[in-house]
Amino acid sequence: MATELLMPALSPTMEEGTLAKWLVKEGDTVSSGDILAEIETDKATMEFEAVDEGTIGKILVDEGTEGVKVNTPIAVILEEGEDASAADNVSSESSQAAEEPEEKPSAPAAAKPEAEAPTELMVDSSPDWPEGTEMVKSTVREALRDAMAEEMRNDENVFLMGEEVAEYQGAYKVSQGLLDEFGDKRVIDTPITEHGFTGIGVGAAFGGLRPIVEFMTFNFAMQAIDQIINSAAKTLYMSGGQMGAPIVFRGANGAAARVGAQHSHDYAAWYSQVPGLKVAMPYSAADAKGLLKSAIRDPNPVVFLENEILYGRSFEVPKLDDFTVPFGKAKIWREGEDVTLVSFGIGMQYALEAAEKLAEDGISAEVVDLRTLRPMDTASVIKSVMKTNRCVTVEEGFPVCSIGSYISSVLMQEAFDSLDAPVITCTGKDVPMPYAANLEKHALITTDEVIEAVKKVTYR
Amino acid sequence: MAARKTTRKSSAKSNVSKDELLTYYKDMLLIRRFEEKAGQLYGMGLIGGFCHLYIGQEAVVVGLEAAAKEGDKRITSYRDHGHMLACGMDPKGVMAELTGREDGYSKGKGGSMHMFSKEKHFYGGHGIVGAQVPLGAGLAFSDRYRGNDNVTFTYFGDGAANQGQVYETFNMAALWKLPVVFVIENNQYAMGTAQARSTSTEDIHTRGVPFGIPGEIVDGMDVLAVKAAGEKAVAHCRAGEGPYILEVKTYRYRGHSMSDPAKYRTREEVQKMREERDPIERVRTMLLDGKHATEDDLKAVDKEIKEVVNASAEFAKESPEPALDELWTDIYAETAPQEA
Ligand SMILES: Cc1ncc(C[n+]2csc(CCOP(=O)(O)OP(=O)(O)O)c2C)c(N)n1
Ligand SMILES: [Mg+2]
Repeated sequence: MATELLMPALSPTMEEGTLAKWLVKEGDTVSSGDILAEIETDKATMEFEAVDEGTIGKILVDEGTEGVKVNTPIAVILEEGEDASAADNVSSESSQAAEEPEEKPSAPAAAKPEAEAPTELMVDSSPDWPEGTEMVKSTVREALRDAMAEEMRNDENVFLMGEEVAEYQGAYKVSQGLLDEFGDKRVIDTPITEHGFTGIGVGAAFGGLRPIVEFMTFNFAMQAIDQIINSAAKTLYMSGGQMGAPIVFRGANGAAARVGAQHSHDYAAWYSQVPGLKVAMPYSAADAKGLLKSAIRDPNPVVFLENEILYGRSFEVPKLDDFTVPFGKAKIWREGEDVTLVSFGIGMQYALEAAEKLAEDGISAEVVDLRTLRPMDTASVIKSVMKTNRCVTVEEGFPVCSIGSYISSVLMQEAFDSLDAPVITCTGKDVPMPYAANLEKHALITTDEVIEAVKKVTYR
Repeated sequence: MAARKTTRKSSAKSNVSKDELLTYYKDMLLIRRFEEKAGQLYGMGLIGGFCHLYIGQEAVVVGLEAAAKEGDKRITSYRDHGHMLACGMDPKGVMAELTGREDGYSKGKGGSMHMFSKEKHFYGGHGIVGAQVPLGAGLAFSDRYRGNDNVTFTYFGDGAANQGQVYETFNMAALWKLPVVFVIENNQYAMGTAQARSTSTEDIHTRGVPFGIPGEIVDGMDVLAVKAAGEKAVAHCRAGEGPYILEVKTYRYRGHSMSDPAKYRTREEVQKMREERDPIERVRTMLLDGKHATEDDLKAVDKEIKEVVNASAEFAKESPEPALDELWTDIYAETAPQEA
């Protein structure tokens, strides 16, 4: 059967080219690999080879023709035994390919909800633990350690690796006691090689283990961010679901105290941008514990952002055999009527302090702790704003493309009619972290700034 | 410092002049006293954040600076106070940066780990372990590009030597024959990790061999040995032969930073080093044994150094905090600072 030779695409972006030269003429027999023609694109001249054997039945486009569209028939090849007349009778399959591509599939049903029709909010407001549960005091540091220890007891595939996690008991003492209990097979000191050990962690996760990779601080995870994003976050998708990385990347994130620009970065917004990753940033010890246990069990890569200043803070933690907090469920720390404060991680400290002070002024603030940033429980935020009609977000990171910017865009798109004032995003200042004590104080977000923002959105 | 009884062999290179010896003694003593003062100010809350002292390692920078000429560059990690003093930066400006004040080298915005001096060709002060290694090769690249014979001293630790970017840099530095002296300050620990627990080979400098970079071990407690090795390395670089690696065996007496409980080594180990290998004591003994100086001469030197250090501390306390407007400056430049 005669087949048409089509103008080939010689680069991913080529749409047309010049048929510079034919190296064969009608009647020539060709076999696979023979060079048939030279084709010029805007970038280069390329040779065009035969794929099948046959005889050149007819040349459809003369050499020297410019602007030949990709997929246009340029010649007809005859199979053995066919005569030239077959060239007029080519298979329809290939000629169809030459036609304009089919109409694009019709646009998917509008993704945006109609402004009129309120979206149904899926809000899970169940308590995190049953009423009457015994509570114990624990620091965030201990809570994190307990979460790891419990999960390591539960699943022998869970192991911890990182710098100074074993013999030194953790640079910030989060892994205190783990080496003693689990031994050096499962609590592993690494050299200072973030890119390398993160890759090894991801590979071990591919291999079926459940690694917890500790970064001394997330500033150093920048050395390893390629493995976190390109290897851990994307593999499930790239493999069509065959392979993935159940792994936890955890460590201190954000500013500590006076450690300067290279040791104070908040990465909340960075990681939250990446599909395939989950991101948690707990504030309290109970959430640190419950979320870390969920993170370790999660079949996906989880970035778990802790905070050095919070490590030493004490909170009540429920005394339960197996306490977990699900991802994607915000927590309302304080109910209120006049404004919604949305925060997470150490930002909660400013939000709660501000709410306390605002109450003295007769302003009632509802405080929402997102707890996980990806998935993010925007439904709870919207539900709250539908009640208060005002929103201020609070975080320590930089203002440009912040978590607050995202929340404000969600509210604008999904709760526009509920807003009585523009959302204000309270963030750290748009500067690298300075060392000097007075400058550092100004670079960070303050409770007063949150209060001021609330007064602005409540027009007081 | 009390004179110690321990006798030790004086350095093999004996053709060193009295003036030279005295200079090294002073330079090392300045670093030691400065660091002791910084530790004190940290304890008083005048210095904050991370503060990594250089006590014990003084001979490394002093010996290498003795091999340098004007125009040579240097770059190092966060453990940078000694490097700055050794290349001639003003103790007052360094101390005022430590206290985060306006007169500090970075106007108070950098702190202990991040100081720079264009005048002294000191390129920092870097907080990310290993990051200064390619940066140092890049500085050397700029000199090779210009065709001068300057050399860049690129300092990093035994811990940093495991970072992947070090080996990417070795390859390019050798490939392009960059005039860079890689100085591995092997103080045997990276925070709490002894070298043997992090490093697959006993020696680190041999890792240059596959890239064709020559290297050697140097006794970092002997300033003359460091200087001699430095001269050899520098000559290699200036001759256009490419990079050179010096693995300088040294020891830090203090914790990794001010907040290190240092449980990973015994007090005896530290004590033994101090008593038997101290780089300053070594030169002191040479000065006295060689009758280059009397106890009284050295006492006068000690006094002089103490005054310099005390003056720097006073200066650093008096200097005002930076103006609040400084929060918003130096984020973008109008002109490249190198060209300004
Ligand atoms: C990329 C990176 N990882 C981890 C750290 C934390 N950290 C700071 S210093 C240090 C040890 C470095 O040891 P070494 O290179 O031997 O230098 P030394 O402190 O002994 O001078 C570590 C792990 C960091 N600053 N940067
Ligand atoms: Mg070291």
